[in-house]
Amino acid sequence: MERDRKILRLLQDDARLTADQIAGRLGITPDEAREAVASLEARKAILAYKAIVNPEAADADMVEAVIDVKVRPKRGLGFHDVARRIARFPEVKSLYLMSGGSDLMVFIQGRSLKEIASFVTDTLATLEDVEETVSHFALKLYKKDGILIEEDGSPGRLPVTP
Amino acid sequence: MSRAVGAPSAGRTARHNGRVAQHVAALPPSGIRKFFDLVLGVPDVVSLGVGEPDFSTPWNIREQAIYRIETGRTAYTSNHGLMDLREALARWLANRYGLDYDPATEMLITVGASEAIDLALRALLNPGDEVLVLEPCYVSYKPTVALAGGVPVPVPTHQRDGFRPDFAALEAAVTGRTRALIINYPNNPTGATFGPEDLARLQRLAETHDLVVISDEIYAELTYDKRHHSLPALPGMKERTILVSGFSKAHAMTGWRLGYACAPRDLLEAMVKIHQYTMLCAPTLSQYAGLEALEHSDEDVAAMREEYDMRRRLIVTGLNSLGLKTLLPEGAFYAFADITPTGLTSEQFCAELLRAEKVAVVPGGAFGECGEGFFRASYAAGFDRIETALERIGRFLGR
Repeated sequence: MERDRKILRLLQDDARLTADQIAGRLGITPDEAREAVASLEARKAILAYKAIVNPEAADADMVEAVIDVKVRPKRGLGFHDVARRIARFPEVKSLYLMSGGSDLMVFIQGRSLKEIASFVTDTLATLEDVEETVSHFALKLYKKDGILIEEDGSPGRLPVTP
Repeated sequence: MSRAVGAPSAGRTARHNGRVAQHVAALPPSGIRKFFDLVLGVPDVVSLGVGEPDFSTPWNIREQAIYRIETGRTAYTSNHGLMDLREALARWLANRYGLDYDPATEMLITVGASEAIDLALRALLNPGDEVLVLEPCYVSYKPTVALAGGVPVPVPTHQRDGFRPDFAALEAAVTGRTRALIINYPNNPTGATFGPEDLARLQRLAETHDLVVISDEIYAELTYDKRHHSLPALPGMKERTILVSGFSKAHAMTGWRLGYACAPRDLLEAMVKIHQYTMLCAPTLSQYAGLEALEHSDEDVAAMREEYDMRRRLIVTGLNSLGLKTLLPEGAFYAFADITPTGLTSEQFCAELLRAEKVAVVPGGAFGECGEGFFRASYAAGFDRIETALERIGRFLGR
């Protein structure tokens, strides 16, 4: 629905918008906004509201890695079984079934390189159906969830123009 | 601070008396310019005073210009502008508005829509010819008419009519010397736009009095809720219309200075004649950027339009709830608010608001006499800015 699409767009830009603010932007009543958001939450169109953290600025010890995983698909279950197993580890932030060279792409976050390495070698690689893993460690963050880490600076717009 | 910046000091005036051409010296300073100087003196202003998008040009357009620099596309183009751009524009205008222009003989790429308006007037006017100007309007129409040797004849529009043309007043303003009419819809500063009925009546007026209409449709792509109807798409109107538009607003490309004019062959040729001697061609890089904008930026434009649409509801609801009667704009990105209940002139209101609450909005009087009693607030500003400004305007009104 058109209204839901607009609400999702607004909340993807700023998850902290209140029902009143959403209502003001869309020309609907706050109650209508509340109901629409509640329904999006109920059917899991909105999964959660979270802060997007820039680890460098937050001084957080945070290392990110992407692991390509090749697995042996199971008859009747395909990749689902092993994918769902891997997804349950708290170190795994996102997980996709992929087309192309590897089967699963696993996004991992940890406090150190060592921590991630041990998760991959001791846990992930040892799972029965996992045939191969290739780890890529992130070196520097440029953009996250649509947010540029280094802003372009002031565009130098004049305060009053005709 | 009522003096225009750059105006000569008393001493210099005495020494260089009469050095500036009289018709230039006689031009009144822009009301916006005056206010601009005032705003510059106040730090941390929340400005709703801008007449340009707060978005940067979409990245694919910027990237295209970088690529053209890398590949050395730095030479002049033809006077008319790149043929590829004119052809793409002709297709785009046909798709969007049902227009039918020949890229070879009826289209000219200009340095912003501003140049197109200037060229149109200079190509049309003999000394003393009169031009009807619907007000409130963009600040440069009347001065440009005067600089072209014409006489601007302002015709007011009113909030009670939704700022649509007052045809009785237009008829009454026509004389034997009237050559042309300038219209701008969606409108800066009122946000009003014209529907098929207004356009049909404008056509009758133009035909009855044999007028050329300069139709500034620069905000056409920023029309909300309904479809934009382009004047020269009306059967018979192409022959007496100079369509003026550009990339500044919908594509967020103000600084690229890229506009265009579409006109019947005789008028277009006359405009090209002036353009070739004064400007030669529009900036080449900007022309390549414009081509990219036409071919690959529909989604970005749609996203920006949707954003403005949401902001317009926010600001108009806010202003009305503060007791400042504001019509819901049908296009562009301006809200035009009635401040007569405050008893202040528009200049007083804006200067006081700036001083007390550091919010910049533009006095309506800058857009013509009938704009007095209003201010223009641009919603080419983020939600948080609009919300802050509304809060402060509310506090200002409550004191």
